[in-house]
Amino acid sequence: MIEVKNISKAFDGPVLKNVSTILETGKTNLIIGQSGSGKTVLMKSIVGIHKVDSGEIHYDGRDITKMKRKDRNHFRREMGMLFQGSALFDSLTVLENVMFPLEMFSYDSPKVRHERAVFCLERVNLGDALDLYPSEISGGMQKRAAIARAIVLNPKYLFCDEPNSGLDPITSLLIDRLIQEITHEFNITTIINTHDMNSVMEIGENIVFINKGEKAWQGTKEQIFDTDCEPLNNFVFASNLYKELRVAHKMFLEGEAKKLIK
Amino acid sequence: MNAIEKVGSYAVLMKRTFGLPDRWRMFFRQFLDEIQKQGLDSLAITIIISVFIGAVITIQMVLNTSNPLLPDYATGLAVRDTLLLEFSSSILCLILAGKVGSSISSEIGTMRITEQIDALDIMGVNSANYLIFPKITAFMTIIPCLVIASMFFGILGGYSMAYFTDIITIHEYVYGIQFMFVPFYITYSVIKGIVFAFIIASIAAYYGYTVKGGSLEVGKASTDAVVNSSVIILLFNVMLTKLLLS
Ligand SMILES: Nc1ncnc2c1ncn2[C@@H]1O[C@H](COP(=O)(O)OP(=O)(O)O)[C@@H](O)[C@H]1O
Ligand SMILES: [Mg+2]
Repeated sequence: MIEVKNISKAFDGPVLKNVSTILETGKTNLIIGQSGSGKTVLMKSIVGIHKVDSGEIHYDGRDITKMKRKDRNHFRREMGMLFQGSALFDSLTVLENVMFPLEMFSYDSPKVRHERAVFCLERVNLGDALDLYPSEISGGMQKRAAIARAIVLNPKYLFCDEPNSGLDPITSLLIDRLIQEITHEFNITTIINTHDMNSVMEIGENIVFINKGEKAWQGTKEQIFDTDCEPLNNFVFASNLYKELRVAHKMFLEGEAKKLIK
Repeated sequence: MNAIEKVGSYAVLMKRTFGLPDRWRMFFRQFLDEIQKQGLDSLAITIIISVFIGAVITIQMVLNTSNPLLPDYATGLAVRDTLLLEFSSSILCLILAGKVGSSISSEIGTMRITEQIDALDIMGVNSANYLIFPKITAFMTIIPCLVIASMFFGILGGYSMAYFTDIITIHEYVYGIQFMFVPFYITYSVIKGIVFAFIIASIAAYYGYTVKGGSLEVGKASTDAVVNSSVIILLFNVMLTKLLLS
């Protein structure tokens, strides 16, 4: 469980304003909101890439904002992160990318390390792309390779920044499901940034809505249609999903109406 | 950011850079890679430039020393000292600031904007140490070879003028380049080269590491890196020369 307590962060102007939330273990915690609302800054603040101006962030009781750089670096071996643009190392092959955290931190034998990397790559269905370079594979494959790299050290916390940006709907769905499966399989605390209502409805278990740098709402996907949080209603209504529902609903009503006329 | 803040954040970055690597095995792999990229890949350009400059300096020196009062060996001596004292360290490093500096800053800058540096940080790797330390140490290690190669091929360039043309005899040239030879000039140039290598690699790394924005900013960072490291090289050139030669 990650407890975020009253964090604020400003760059040129304020970006995060007094955000508090609880992110639960073994669940997919979704941070949703419009582009520019501060999701990425929130995630990078939680992991400590951005230093917060005020507030505390407790990982199962350990406050990362008070850790010394060295302790924080050590602690980070329990985290994995999937970046918006995958952030694979260009100069390394897919296998070498996944081997990298192991080479850096694992004291297992080379054979065990290799087996672990291949296991993770097979888990994300990339068993046959081991020797390709990131520039030689598709966006969806890059995302999967990045997931394999993020989970190779058995993290307790997994962060995914817009895991399906730039992907087609089917690939998006596969990536979302993969992340959810991994979360349940290994009991990870997973945090996912997204602005995609499809993802919310597909894999959202604990949903945090960020509006202009403030937490405006938190709940489950069942509660999302039933709230008086105005910005959240606008956000949900603007999504394609809602339009589709509305169209479906309208078609349904028309169908019913036709039946009645008959 | 003003100049003082920049110097401050440069110092902070260097403090993070100079530490023991997390894994020596990874360091040596990077180190050898950088020796190849910055050193061996710069050898060809170093040789070509040095041969031609050596030849040109020889022609010019023949003209400048055609005064009958000056001894025969004046040409060779002047060519040698120009190369040893100035060309093979300062000018060579200014040229390499363009080649090596821009490649370091654009490589690190691209890693910054594509979040590869964040990815290293989040793994708990000291990204400054992992990325920058091998680049700086490799360049400082290989620069003496480049400096000495430049001296050798510069003098060879001059020799080729004596060999292929009749502006100066081989005997005069060879006698000149040996006349009143001061071995410390080589040490002096190598010391300058090592200092300049540090300047080039660390400033380029700093500009790359602190890029914000997109590919346009990466391009601008590498231009800034080359311009700034060139100016600082010129400054240190004066200071080191005062310190070591007078
Ligand atoms: N490194 C930075 N420096 C200055 N401003 C930033 C930085 N990162 C983000 N911002 C600003 O913070 C706001 C939120 O950005 P971000 O968290 O990326 O939004 P999103 O919700 O789309 O991920 C934006 O207005 C952006 O300009
Ligand atoms: Mg974002």
